[in-house]
Amino acid sequence: MNNDKHTVVGKRIPNVDGYEKVTGSAKYTIDMVLPNMLHGKILRSPHPHARIVRIDTRRAEQLPGVKIVLTGKDTLGRKNGIWRSYRELCDEEILCRDKVRYVGDAVATLAATQEDIAEEALSLIDVEYEILPAVFNPLDAMKEGAPEIHDGCERNMNVYRQIEWGDVEEAFEDCDHIREDTFYCSSQAHACLETHCAIASFSHDRKLTLWTSSQSPYYTQVLLSDMLGLREGDIKVLKPHTGGGFGGKLSLDSAQYCTSLLSMKLMRPVKIVLSRAEEFAATKRRTPIHYQLKLGAKRDGTLLAKKVRAITEGGAYTALGGTALYLTGFFSSFPYKYPNFQYDGFRVYTNNEATSACRGFGAPQANFVSESQVDMMAEDLGIDPVEIRRKNGMTPHHEIPDQAVIQSCGLQQCLDAIKKYIRKRGELPPNHGIGVSAYGFMSGGIFNWIDTPYAFSAAMVKINVDGKVDLFTGATDVGQGSNTTLTMICAEELGVHLEDITLHVGDTSVCPVDLGAWGSRQTLMSGNAVKMAAAEAKRQLLEVACYYLKPNIVYDLNIKDHWIHFTERPYRRVSYFDVVKDAIRGKEGNPILGYGHYTPHGKGMVSPAYSFGVQAVEVKVDTETGQVDLVHITTAHECGKVINPIGLEGQVEGASIMAAGWTLTEDMQTRDGKIINDNFRDYKLLLAEDVPKMTLLEVDTYEPEGPYGAKEAGEGLTIPTGAAIANAIYNAVGVRIKDMPITPEKVLRALEKKAAEEKDSEQFVAAASA
Amino acid sequence: MERIIHLNVNSEDYEVIVRPRESLLDVLRNKLNLTGTKKGCNEGDCGACTVIMDGRPVNACLVLAVEAEGQNIMTVEGLAQGPDLHPLQEAFIRYGGFQCGFCTPGMLLSAKALLDENSDPTEDEIRKGISGNLCRCTGYTKIIQSIKEAARTMRSGQVDERMRANE
Repeated sequence: MNNDKHTVVGKRIPNVDGYEKVTGSAKYTIDMVLPNMLHGKILRSPHPHARIVRIDTRRAEQLPGVKIVLTGKDTLGRKNGIWRSYRELCDEEILCRDKVRYVGDAVATLAATQEDIAEEALSLIDVEYEILPAVFNPLDAMKEGAPEIHDGCERNMNVYRQIEWGDVEEAFEDCDHIREDTFYCSSQAHACLETHCAIASFSHDRKLTLWTSSQSPYYTQVLLSDMLGLREGDIKVLKPHTGGGFGGKLSLDSAQYCTSLLSMKLMRPVKIVLSRAEEFAATKRRTPIHYQLKLGAKRDGTLLAKKVRAITEGGAYTALGGTALYLTGFFSSFPYKYPNFQYDGFRVYTNNEATSACRGFGAPQANFVSESQVDMMAEDLGIDPVEIRRKNGMTPHHEIPDQAVIQSCGLQQCLDAIKKYIRKRGELPPNHGIGVSAYGFMSGGIFNWIDTPYAFSAAMVKINVDGKVDLFTGATDVGQGSNTTLTMICAEELGVHLEDITLHVGDTSVCPVDLGAWGSRQTLMSGNAVKMAAAEAKRQLLEVACYYLKPNIVYDLNIKDHWIHFTERPYRRVSYFDVVKDAIRGKEGNPILGYGHYTPHGKGMVSPAYSFGVQAVEVKVDTETGQVDLVHITTAHECGKVINPIGLEGQVEGASIMAAGWTLTEDMQTRDGKIINDNFRDYKLLLAEDVPKMTLLEVDTYEPEGPYGAKEAGEGLTIPTGAAIANAIYNAVGVRIKDMPITPEKVLRALEKKAAEEKDSEQFVAAASA
Repeated sequence: MERIIHLNVNSEDYEVIVRPRESLLDVLRNKLNLTGTKKGCNEGDCGACTVIMDGRPVNACLVLAVEAEGQNIMTVEGLAQGPDLHPLQEAFIRYGGFQCGFCTPGMLLSAKALLDENSDPTEDEIRKGISGNLCRCTGYTKIIQSIKEAARTMRSGQVDERMRANE
């Protein structure tokens, strides 16, 4: 299936945005200035839970240069939420009217002529709060009598999700061995290098233009329309280059909303850029989760039943947390064929910053706990960790009842590749260990959160008289490289060169709707839409070419290197440029237009396709300090046909390191609801010096649902690293860390405990034999 | 309160009125419209604002504009010479040394400062050389590779003469 007739797809194509990005000419929202523009700031609550008694803005308004101060009372009082059909899940006012629910909740916003005047004015706003009791731990928040964070929400239960197939209780009866374990997965900041920012410009024609750093301009447009009471068509969202997203730029944010409100009152452009501290404290973050797992197996390693209970910390609002709750359950079954599975997931409000989507969307958490436990089970049963995974691993054409239809699946080949690598690595030095983790992820979610009637992805291809091609897509490049991938797909399908294509993205007023960058969806979904649009434009050209080439109906025509030719006899050909001109003449002077769209159908509840992989991480543990060093990360990731190997490698490397940071060093520390390490000195991303060698092992598969057989390669790669590191530490020094992050202190404490236990047991043996 | 300072940025002379508290970063971005230099944290932790000041890489957010008086400064906009990209820029494109691109200008200038000092750095030296620059996207691997390849190209003498003159 993996034919290599492709001219563009599969080649190492440099990123199409490269020239702009290496010369500094790439404009990000943060770089933009509009004529007559004002600077906005947001006043945020210092309290985790409080009623707003009174806000006095007079002193701030009187500061020279301040143009306006707005509070929640100046809004329509609507609540934002991505599940527009479920009003109870639309729970975020963004600019609070009566109550604040976390340290960072916005209570006022203002605009001034200068940024420092705006900053100074914030300190002149006088807010009187009535402090309410707050709760920070979901296990406390769900107790009877806990402070009620949202009115009428009993025991702070935000969302409950259950997934079930088979009969776990009955199956546990048949198991030879059962393990019950508890785990904790910590939070993580998205830590995009470009903080959230927006410039809103509303004028007397009552139309709003918003430039913003966003993963989904369409969602921003729709959600703003709800919040501001404007028609969608009166809001134009423009997304310049965006300095990272990772799930954090998917919800409507305070910069987007407050700039819009301010501009609508002032009829002038207003810009807000969140500070790094605000970025940490007042956006969204990865969902921390408490797990209880029960896993039952037969003596031969067959995994018969799994029961998962997860309590996820919601923080103050729903955001996209409901989906993280569902996906952490769903992916707790991955990548194995459990005949019996049960998941109960509870998302609980607390008075912390809200949790939401973050690269992997609940799956990295599920994998950390599940793949740690699978290793423990393998050891209990005396089975090789790779072999227990092989025995239970998913294979092609697997169905999960009522949930998912898996077509391509290269998990077994990935296991082979990793096994071979481990064997080749041979004997390890002392205190080194290799841990493995197997995983799978979705190629885009079948989740229509906002209830749009539009296709999930759409694209338009326009061929102009000089043979140049305009590609319009609503797909969103936030660094992951979709601009390059989609240009490549268009070039491949149409048979033109990459240089022939001009990409038009990031403008809701001209680009067809696409749901944007989340859930690893754009290669498959946006890619299918682009491919369809290009194919439709190409069909129109071939129709005209037939008049020249007069092929017998059994022959195919194709386009390559600016010639339209017989596929089998390329010397019988006509110029692409001549055909384009004639095609336009024949269409009464209209350009050639192709439109394509994609919405998944008949593929279950979750995704149209799944990628799979296995990762092996080698670590070195310093037994004196507990320090864990990464030595080598080796990944076998099957994502169907690889569209661009440079892009794939970049995703594997970047995701693995983001996940390794989450596992080892990135620890959001809070005190009374306030994040105390809200800067890059104290919140530690991995540095170039911490990063090990990384190797990507090639595994060939083909996904019938994907463009040219392609699947995802973006978020999925954040999934395995946590468990692989935990397993590697165990294999290196024999300690099992079940709560993240795996800090040197935890490793050291575990080593000391292990040594004490060993000493005890030695004394016991000595006493017994005396 | 305000005063006039003289800066030489990318071989061009500027006279700028600055306030005492104003950082070099804000002057570059807001007054000279050189927005290639990025603001990622404004507290010297992320390295996105790295520029070369009198031969040394500095975080422009931590340098007061008045301290930069009379200094020669190079920003990302000064790397390419007309149509010719600097070998580092070529290598970053060719080997995928960026994704979102926000850390890239700072990364390029840290790399340039490193190669100016050491034309044949080891991989560890490259890692150390860019350890003040955070990247959330790439996992650094392709950045390190890009710098290594650029160093090789530059050593093999394929550098445009004009580029050398500028260094």
